[in-house]
Amino acid sequence: MPDPAIRVSGLRKVYRGRSGPVTAVDGIDLEIGRGECFGLLGPNGAGKTTTVEILEGLNEPTSGEVEVLGLRWSADEKAIRERIGVTLQETRLPDKETVREIVRTFRSFYREGLDPEDVIGRVALESKANAFIEQLSGGQQQRLAVALSMVGDPEILFLDEPTTGLDPQSRRQLWDLIRGLGERGRTVVLTTHYMDEAERLCDRVAIVDRGKVIAIGSPAELIARLGGEHVVEFALAGEGPPPPGSDFAGLDSVLAVRDEADGYSLTVAEPHRAIPALLDALDRIGRPMARLTTRHVSLEDVFVSLTGRHLRDDETGERAPAPRRGRRRRG
Amino acid sequence: MADGGARTRGRRTDPPHGPNMLQNSPLFQLYATRMRDFYRQPARIFWVYGFPTLLAIVLGTAFQNREAEPISIDLVEGPGASWVDSALGAHNEALARDRVSGLRKDVPEVLLRRAPEAEAIKRLNTGKTPLVIEPKGSESIVYRYDPTRPEAAAARQTVDEILQRARGRKDPVVTSNLPVQERGSRYIDFLIPGLIAVNTMGGGLWGLGFLLVNLRIGKLLKRFVATPMPRRDFLLALLGARLTFLVPDLTVLLLLGTLMFGMPIRGNLGLVILVDVAGALAFAGIGLLVACRTSTTEAVSGLMNLVMLPQWLFSGVFFATDRFPDSAQPFIQALPLTQTAGALRRVILEGAGLVEVAPALAILGAWAVVTFVLALRYFKWT
Ligand SMILES: Nc1ncnc2c1ncn2[C@@H]1O[C@H](COP(=O)(O)OP(=O)(O)O)[C@@H](O)[C@H]1O
Ligand SMILES: [Mg+2]
Repeated sequence: MPDPAIRVSGLRKVYRGRSGPVTAVDGIDLEIGRGECFGLLGPNGAGKTTTVEILEGLNEPTSGEVEVLGLRWSADEKAIRERIGVTLQETRLPDKETVREIVRTFRSFYREGLDPEDVIGRVALESKANAFIEQLSGGQQQRLAVALSMVGDPEILFLDEPTTGLDPQSRRQLWDLIRGLGERGRTVVLTTHYMDEAERLCDRVAIVDRGKVIAIGSPAELIARLGGEHVVEFALAGEGPPPPGSDFAGLDSVLAVRDEADGYSLTVAEPHRAIPALLDALDRIGRPMARLTTRHVSLEDVFVSLTGRHLRDDETGERAPAPRRGRRRRG
Repeated sequence: MADGGARTRGRRTDPPHGPNMLQNSPLFQLYATRMRDFYRQPARIFWVYGFPTLLAIVLGTAFQNREAEPISIDLVEGPGASWVDSALGAHNEALARDRVSGLRKDVPEVLLRRAPEAEAIKRLNTGKTPLVIEPKGSESIVYRYDPTRPEAAAARQTVDEILQRARGRKDPVVTSNLPVQERGSRYIDFLIPGLIAVNTMGGGLWGLGFLLVNLRIGKLLKRFVATPMPRRDFLLALLGARLTFLVPDLTVLLLLGTLMFGMPIRGNLGLVILVDVAGALAFAGIGLLVACRTSTTEAVSGLMNLVMLPQWLFSGVFFATDRFPDSAQPFIQALPLTQTAGALRRVILEGAGLVEVAPALAILGAWAVVTFVLALRYFKWT
């Protein structure tokens, strides 16, 4: 890739945790092109925040190389800061400041940038320009956080879980905003644990798990790697122990089978061939169907096929981060 | 939107000039943020201005010189009761005349209640009266009272003196009292400079230490350093805000002292301000140091108590420091609150000049330099 926006190689980060060292990032290599919308998709605790905060110069890597816009943090911190915008996973903005005041304050930090009123307009907060931050909804606060990262007119914009905890409408508003940034030629790096967000917004996605990139490519490529376009999920009714999933592996057009907690999941190339074959097979073993759904393959399925786990499985697991504080508390 | 991606379009703000220069100054914007943050929170304004004012008023009036409380006692009916009654009545009348001209404030009025013996004794036993006078004819008196109750013993003393004098006892020595109530040496005069110093300490620790830890907890500190904001401007804005708040802090307490309690300001007002600024810088440094790497509210509260509590107790704000043993004096004198309160007192009440408070200024300056250097060296921004 000629002249990438971001180049990362051999990135590792080991925290001194309370019960021994925690490897949050375990050897990540990335190249993110200019103008690209790049997503880090992974479950909670995968190391996304640690990775982007190292890219943002807010966290020190244990080892590895990071180049941002061809510059290094150790030598050119100030120059990089003028050219990037950052939205942290959580920020508690001051309650008693108005939208206009805080946007102006952040504008004053950059030598060059956008007009504060213009930025407020872009995130559709004109009517709230004089409202205190404490009076904004969760979605409005999040749009304000994005506005603050845009006000320096950055070449690279980092967004850490921009829509986590928001209602569907606010999420869609933010997606439109982020897409608009991409259309203006800005590089966007975002992290998310929502596969739909990554699919809709990102030109390329790195799927991250336990500090490693386990797959990288455009959403379409990643999905195509599964071989099939469709997923058929079903559950059985009737008496007796459930048969092993492998019983269905040889059916017409079925590419892969997974046992789920409450049924089975088949990756299939052509549902119109797989489903009749499945019904025949169930007839033979005398088990009726309790449920049947079909859908397109998603990045979630890619993650499941690579890790055997669901993206949101371990939200309450041992690697889950501490309870959130800050702006989304009221959100 | 069709405004393209060029960094040179007209939507960019003009280069700074005129009022825009302030608009585009991070130092000014951050300073303005601190000002707004303060005046938009009325509860905080009460704790900073209302509370010390109330404290000064309550303590100031509680320790003010006032007329002695009247004594209420019981007199048993019977022979001789009337001479006691008239002797005490004469005392009260003479006292009332003298008090008009502000004399004998320390001598109490005596209020009598005449009652049969049984009733008077019952009132004594139930604590309703401190003293019962039982005249035995016109030449002899029995006092009934509980000598372990100080007010009963004092009442007996006062009444006995009045009655003995009424019967012609002469004092062999002439005595007179000179109560200390000159302006500038009363408790309230001692208290006000101390409260100014306490407010300055609170401002440094709450206004800097607590504030910074909260900004760190809310990740706002991290958000700021993710921008090209000059860190120096951020700290200067905090410090500037701190020094700005000294003006109302000092004005409120000085006005309260002079207007309400007639406290004199004998020294140079500029020197008062200089001492307060030196104290504010020392406490700002301590606040910064407390906040240096702390990232929980519990930890910062604990640290602030650790810093403030000993100073409240030992720095002579409410009580003079010389009550503490000599061995503790070096420690007490090293405390910034001791130096701030002491130097303010010397300038305000004794009219001390720069030379006399120079040692205090040096100690406060040393605190400021050492704490700032340490805090900036170890400060955790992210
Ligand atoms: N400051 C820290 N100290 C110790 N462990 C940390 C720290 N920050 C993150 N971790 C751990 O590192 C791992 C990755 O965390 P993070 O980067 O926040 O993941 P994500 O953003 O993908 O949810 C987690 O196991 C987390 O508990
Ligand atoms: Mg995260």
